[in-house]
Amino acid sequence: MTSHTIKLRVNGREVEEIVPDGLLLVDFLRARRGLTGTKIGCDGGECGACTVLVDGTPRLSCLTLAASVDGARIETIEGQARAGRLTPVQRAFHEALGTQCGFCTPGMIMAAEALLRRDPNPDEAAIRAALSGNLCRCTGYVKIIRAVQRAAAEMAGERA
Amino acid sequence: MNSIIGQPAPLVDGIEKVTGRARYTADLADGETLTGRILRAPVAHGRITRLDVSEARAMPGVVAVVTGDDCDVPYGVIPIAMNEYPLARDRVRYRGEPVAAVAAETPEAAAAALAAIVLEIEPLPAHATPAQARAPGAQLLHENKPGNIEREVHHEFGSVDAGFAAADLVREEVFTCAEVNHAMLEPNATLAEYDPERGHLTLHTCTQVPFYVHLTVARCLGLDTSRVRVIKPFVGGGFGHRTETLNFEIIAALLARAAGARVMVRLSREETFLTHRGRPQTDVRLKIGMAKDGRITAAEAEVVMAGGAYAGYGLVTILYAGALLHGIYAIENVKYDGYRVYTNTPPCGAMRGHGTVDVRHAFECLLDRMARELGLDPFAVRRANLLEAPLFTPNGLMVNSYGLPEALDRVEAASGWRERRAKLPLGRGLGMACSHYVSGAAKPVHWTGEPHAVVQMRLEFDGAVTVLTGAPDIGQGSTTMVAQTAAEVLGISIDRVRVITADSAVTPKDNGAYSSRITFMVGNAAIGAAEAMRDKLLAAAADKLEAAASEVVCEGETFFIPGAAQSELPWQEVVFAALAREGTITTRGTFSTPEKAQGGKHRGGAVGSTMGFSYGAQVVEVSVDAATGQITVEHVWAALDVGRALNPLSVEGQIEGSVWMGMAQAMSEECRYVDGLHAHANLLDYRFPTIEESPPVEAIIVESHDPLGPFGAKEAGEGALSGFPPALVNAVADALGLDVNFLPVTPDRLLDALTRWRRDQARAQTRKEVAK
Repeated sequence: MTSHTIKLRVNGREVEEIVPDGLLLVDFLRARRGLTGTKIGCDGGECGACTVLVDGTPRLSCLTLAASVDGARIETIEGQARAGRLTPVQRAFHEALGTQCGFCTPGMIMAAEALLRRDPNPDEAAIRAALSGNLCRCTGYVKIIRAVQRAAAEMAGERA
Repeated sequence: MNSIIGQPAPLVDGIEKVTGRARYTADLADGETLTGRILRAPVAHGRITRLDVSEARAMPGVVAVVTGDDCDVPYGVIPIAMNEYPLARDRVRYRGEPVAAVAAETPEAAAAALAAIVLEIEPLPAHATPAQARAPGAQLLHENKPGNIEREVHHEFGSVDAGFAAADLVREEVFTCAEVNHAMLEPNATLAEYDPERGHLTLHTCTQVPFYVHLTVARCLGLDTSRVRVIKPFVGGGFGHRTETLNFEIIAALLARAAGARVMVRLSREETFLTHRGRPQTDVRLKIGMAKDGRITAAEAEVVMAGGAYAGYGLVTILYAGALLHGIYAIENVKYDGYRVYTNTPPCGAMRGHGTVDVRHAFECLLDRMARELGLDPFAVRRANLLEAPLFTPNGLMVNSYGLPEALDRVEAASGWRERRAKLPLGRGLGMACSHYVSGAAKPVHWTGEPHAVVQMRLEFDGAVTVLTGAPDIGQGSTTMVAQTAAEVLGISIDRVRVITADSAVTPKDNGAYSSRITFMVGNAAIGAAEAMRDKLLAAAADKLEAAASEVVCEGETFFIPGAAQSELPWQEVVFAALAREGTITTRGTFSTPEKAQGGKHRGGAVGSTMGFSYGAQVVEVSVDAATGQITVEHVWAALDVGRALNPLSVEGQIEGSVWMGMAQAMSEECRYVDGLHAHANLLDYRFPTIEESPPVEAIIVESHDPLGPFGAKEAGEGALSGFPPALVNAVADALGLDVNFLPVTPDRLLDALTRWRRDQARAQTRKEVAK
């Protein structure tokens, strides 16, 4: 196994590390960077709990090699709140009870955040499609959809 | 008028979850933590003839290896049925059973060590089904259980023979329900640390029952309980999987002690499936007698469960299956025969709706079919059999509040049942069903004689109220419930309340998050502790106001005498006054279920006993594509009588989630074994719905104001689940004219059933024409 030096921006911070070529991005984030907000819920690619944004696009970090995102801008759940203040998506998930046990929540929020950046006014079908890779076992998804709609409305209000 | 109770509120720990600051067990490792891995049996049944760990022990980076020789203490959640070892001794009884474990410095070293362990097993005949296990001369899994029957239950109340004789219609059908698994999003993990200098063991683990884990780990390791500490971090769901001490928790402790270090045992999703403790595969043979006005004259159920290889909760599950035939409708003549059978599969346990779901499914399906045959509306049949609370059922279950009539009315209206059902096109249907579940088992598993719930509250110089409870929040919101309760009784903002939970060195013990007990039991205990604290504060305020304590109230964090001018004292001032006397104020609240609530005197009569049942009525609308067998759930209306919704937002979340989980069981989930190998041990093959397949669920809260519940509340998390599967099957029958007797109703199975049915109909038609 060989190693690579990778340079990334993780939640806005410059990071340079030497990683083995087989190291998964999720393990890089959790074990190397101490960012345990991104979760592992399955044995690979099935649940979406590991969703992070790579250059703004949602990716499953459990199926992504850290070496393959050299030079990229990585965003995880920990980088969302600004000076401790929740983003509209975070606030909506909290206040509308889009989160119960919370384990799917980081991945779900990252996927929702990516959706609203590219489609600020999604209809329900678009919300469902964007979150179709994120499993939740607690909510039945009812309040997750409502949370995303609420966040979209708040963000539209802020722009108005 | 309550200012906090009854208001929708987000969870007090929601911010941690949405920011990623919430730490679950697997998040707690640091650089020095060793990796623990488990070697699992590769066959479904056999005798261990050789287990050689010497090479593994000697490998670089390997710190400890443990086997069944390191723990000869059997364990199990039911005190009279402890037949499981954390690591197999002499025999393995299911494929995936833990046999040995290693702790190593790196995951790679741990994996290499596992590969170096030599395990030889002489196979024994393995039983995949109860029929195989019960066959004459079949290999026994446990020598003390002839016929591989873990538990047999036989109850009869009244006379079913008389009831059937009095019926205008008697029907009997068999329903087959697949085994399902909780599949909570967080895979299993335990972080164990052992300090050999002090002989102290600390566990952080994903449990619903930290107190049971504490006791069991101490027993299995031969440790004094005072040297053990169990802490529950954030937990990513449980649904019953984690309501007993699980093998990997004890294994982590054994590894930590052997290594004298910190060890993280983190299970893969596949291993989490193998830990199992799910709802067993169940066959229900059900016979109902009905009068032509819809009244049920008798009910007889025979239930056979494929329980897996060890006892676990088994005897409770098979008792629940029969107990909750009662408590929802007025039936005097009920017979129940239940068989919990050992099979060489991962052990089953408790899963949301424990023991009652598959039986309720059969019951609500058969009621509908008989209604149809008698020309009665399904709602009319339910209404012909309503209970009148308060009462005790024939099997001694207490019913004080009964919101089922209102639940029926509300879903009937909300779904437009009367107006729409007869007019739906072919392929579209409405189905309904009722359900109920306990608010905590009135007789706890461990009968220690102590109160069934204890809460402590502390008041300190900073004016904050600290609530200490062992009650574990697993995402259901129990911590929020405790905070809301304390704030309501004390007349303060919820922001002034901090709740510390589930740390056995700090909090009083609590039996745990199961059978939906926490709101009823811990809620009542919290009220008691808060009232005691309030009384001390009112006394201090009364002193300052030179009034009687009975004249003073506290609202909005202010003490005052209603109607009297110039008599307001802010919270902090009264706190100082109260503390000046005592230095620190600690109060305690307890709750115990009264004897009369604890069920009938017959054997097994305690199971099913509760302080109060939640009652649900549900309507499901489906459209079915008869060409593919694909069912689309278009809409669900689910009403649940929760006594009182302490937090309506949270209650809705529970109703939505439990209905959805019922849907997942009804439509796509099943555990499947091939030669004992779990063929569905991942989240693609074990299918539960994504957001794309999940319907709109309208949660309707019904409040019957239970006289004994905290602020009138009962449970909200389990009652709605068992209503969905029968409502779905009834809706499919309405849509297609076809009844099915299996779960899950997957497209392929539905298509097979449709094909057979059409062929049978065509043959019948042909016979008719030939006969003419």
